[in-house]
Amino acid sequence: MAVATSYPDRWRRPPFVARAWLRWVLYGGAVLYLVVAVGSVEVNWARLAEGLQRGARLLAGFMTPDFSSRWGDIVQGMRESLTMTVTSTVAGILLAIPVGIGAARNLAPLPVYLVCRAVVALSRTFHEVIVAILFVAMVGFGPFAGFLTLTVATIGFIAKLLAEDIEDIDPGPVEAIRATGGSWLQLVDWAVRPQVMPRLIGLSLYRLDINFRESAVVGIVGAGGIGATLNTALDRYEYGSAAAILILIIAVVMAAEYGSGLVRRRIQ
Amino acid sequence: MPVSSAADGTPVWRRTTRRRALLAWFAWLMLVALVVAAWNEMTRDTIWAFVWDAPGQAADIGTRMLPPRWSYAGELLRPLWDTLAIATLGTLLALPIAVPVAVLAARNTTPSATLVRPLALLIIVASRSINSLIWALLLVTVLGPGVLAGIVAIALRSVGFMGKLIYEAIEEIDPAPVEAMQATGASALQVMDYGIVPQVMPAFAGITVFRWDINIRESAVVGLVGAGGIGLSLEASLNTLAWSQVSLILLVILATVLVSEWVSAKVRHAII
Amino acid sequence: MLRIEGLQKQYRTGDAALRGVDLVVPAGEVIGLIGPSGAGKSTLIRCVNRLVEPTAGRIFLGDDEVTGASRRALRRLRRRMGMIFQEFALVERLTVMENVLAGRLGAVPFWRSLTRRFPPEDVRNAFATLDRVGLLDHVDKRADALSGGQRQRVGIARALLQDPDLLLIDEPTASLDPKTSRQIMRLIGEVCAERRLAAVVNIHDVALAQMFLGRIVGLKAGEVVYDGPSAGLDATVLTRIYGEEDWTRTARSADGEPDDAAPAAPAPAPRLLRAAAE
Repeated sequence: MAVATSYPDRWRRPPFVARAWLRWVLYGGAVLYLVVAVGSVEVNWARLAEGLQRGARLLAGFMTPDFSSRWGDIVQGMRESLTMTVTSTVAGILLAIPVGIGAARNLAPLPVYLVCRAVVALSRTFHEVIVAILFVAMVGFGPFAGFLTLTVATIGFIAKLLAEDIEDIDPGPVEAIRATGGSWLQLVDWAVRPQVMPRLIGLSLYRLDINFRESAVVGIVGAGGIGATLNTALDRYEYGSAAAILILIIAVVMAAEYGSGLVRRRIQ
Repeated sequence: MPVSSAADGTPVWRRTTRRRALLAWFAWLMLVALVVAAWNEMTRDTIWAFVWDAPGQAADIGTRMLPPRWSYAGELLRPLWDTLAIATLGTLLALPIAVPVAVLAARNTTPSATLVRPLALLIIVASRSINSLIWALLLVTVLGPGVLAGIVAIALRSVGFMGKLIYEAIEEIDPAPVEAMQATGASALQVMDYGIVPQVMPAFAGITVFRWDINIRESAVVGLVGAGGIGLSLEASLNTLAWSQVSLILLVILATVLVSEWVSAKVRHAII
Repeated sequence: MLRIEGLQKQYRTGDAALRGVDLVVPAGEVIGLIGPSGAGKSTLIRCVNRLVEPTAGRIFLGDDEVTGASRRALRRLRRRMGMIFQEFALVERLTVMENVLAGRLGAVPFWRSLTRRFPPEDVRNAFATLDRVGLLDHVDKRADALSGGQRQRVGIARALLQDPDLLLIDEPTASLDPKTSRQIMRLIGEVCAERRLAAVVNIHDVALAQMFLGRIVGLKAGEVVYDGPSAGLDATVLTRIYGEEDWTRTARSADGEPDDAAPAAPAPAPRLLRAAAE
């Protein structure tokens, strides 16, 4: 049995960053940044006090949402949002499939791969709202600009994930189809499609969710949809109508999420 | 696998039965009909002349965008700083809300699966359903335009995102160390500190950095509705049709997004 | 030290895991609990510190009743029972020292454990215990950097740091190779003897149980079917516990050379294997 007195009675956990100077620079830098960043936030207290009242009115609006007085606008906005969501999801997926296949290194030759990867990177670079602004400038106000925006976003999203999926497939069946002397198209149809199809369907449904959520946003910059209705309601301080619109958005998103969850479970 | 016999008795192989094939065709038909109907409805008010003119418009905007007005860059420094502050402070502000909500929502840590858990899940869903920009729209009317509204908007949207991922991480932990901590007679808080926190920590840090990366992109546009940051400059330049400033702003946003992506990849790599 | 009376456990699925178990373990005695998979060994051990809530029956640790103890009292009782797990149940991302100090969680206030500022005597004890199990060089390593045998030594150190009266040991060697298994079982035997600890060891390796444990309790379908010296484990008893099988070789090793590194091999082979391993 060891003698107890020879053991230390203090122990410190080894620090996360081993080098002391680096640790101090990192922690000190982080704290300094936070202090300066918080300090740089300009708060207009008078406006804030006034805002509390408005916040209370907005909350009251949520308690008594007003569906009726702007019902026509709401229906129109929802119709635009939903049609935009459906068409852009379908168009986006149809375009994303060839791009995704082209962006998979194990199926595409290098030049095609690079072009497709560039398309993916380009369509993912900017936030949907910025893309929507550019499209509105090109084709004018309305849901068509929103449709184009969401289609571009869908292409980037689906093509990237599809390409990663294809690169991860089991190479066994690919070799087997190659060994039978099948053409490239037959290869895609017989070896690749069965392996990625369930996930592609899952991703498409997920993107349908996202597109609806985004369709509520592009309207803010004039690309149609329920977002435009919401923007107008808030501009006119109609909090009851705004609350009604938000409640409808949440309801549709929850329903879509629940529905796509059901479908995905049946497929997988 | 249906194998039927043809009239002369030879077996015929099909992938599916005729009934299932018909059903599948019908489903596809319905989908096509839905898309066509949606398309017609959506384009009812579209002015096609504008659409056909789009390439010309694009070329026109393109020429106005180039070259970017580099001298404008100095005026973008402050909005850029604000954009970073919105993303960072918004993410940090979301943490103290997202973590407790996640703990209440995870099946293995919730105090009550019938009462508390649905409430926590509702908070997560509500926060996730509403885009940052809509949160910003609401908060600008309540708090007034400015960086503060942006920070709160980003935080409110991030709560749902991070809460969902964190509670899924908590549900996936190995229960054995938790049991071992309970067996030592540790209190519930101590079990959390020693048994659960270390297991969730890598996921937690990864989620935070991931969301911060997303928030950089979002904070660049919340200014469009008045919630501060570089989006304000974008809005101003668009309103004056100063396309050469717009292109510069887009370049700055692009650079920021690339840098933040690089940083978050580095940090996530260091943690795991 | 440990007294179990009429212990029953019925899971919500309706499976009766334990059907009236009576067991007494005096201070300082180490007993082996053997039986087929699903016999209720794990349930029994977890009922003792109420990680699994018993359905009926009473459990006493010394003079204190474990069953029916309030939450607070239960935590106090759990401090007196160290537990060692099959898959080690270490917190992998914490250091070896933190894992060992976790054994004191029941005895220190929350702020001390949160800031990792344990009382000096606990830290000193932790170092001493780590030295005893041969891990003094690995104090600051993360638990997931250790080998299986080393991890189980950390698990033992954690249980010992509780300064328990009783050790509950659940399949300590099931995740280890034969050589490490022997080392771990020897270590458990030694520390129990040094500290006069009572222990209940769940073990499915009969030969290992016979080699290191004096008293064996055989469990079958939730009932005790054997309670006696390990030398008494003959073919009849093993058949009673596990059912019909050729037990001659296993049973004979009880009084012969107790080594099952290659149980089916002729006598000289194990020695050769051992020489190669050392």
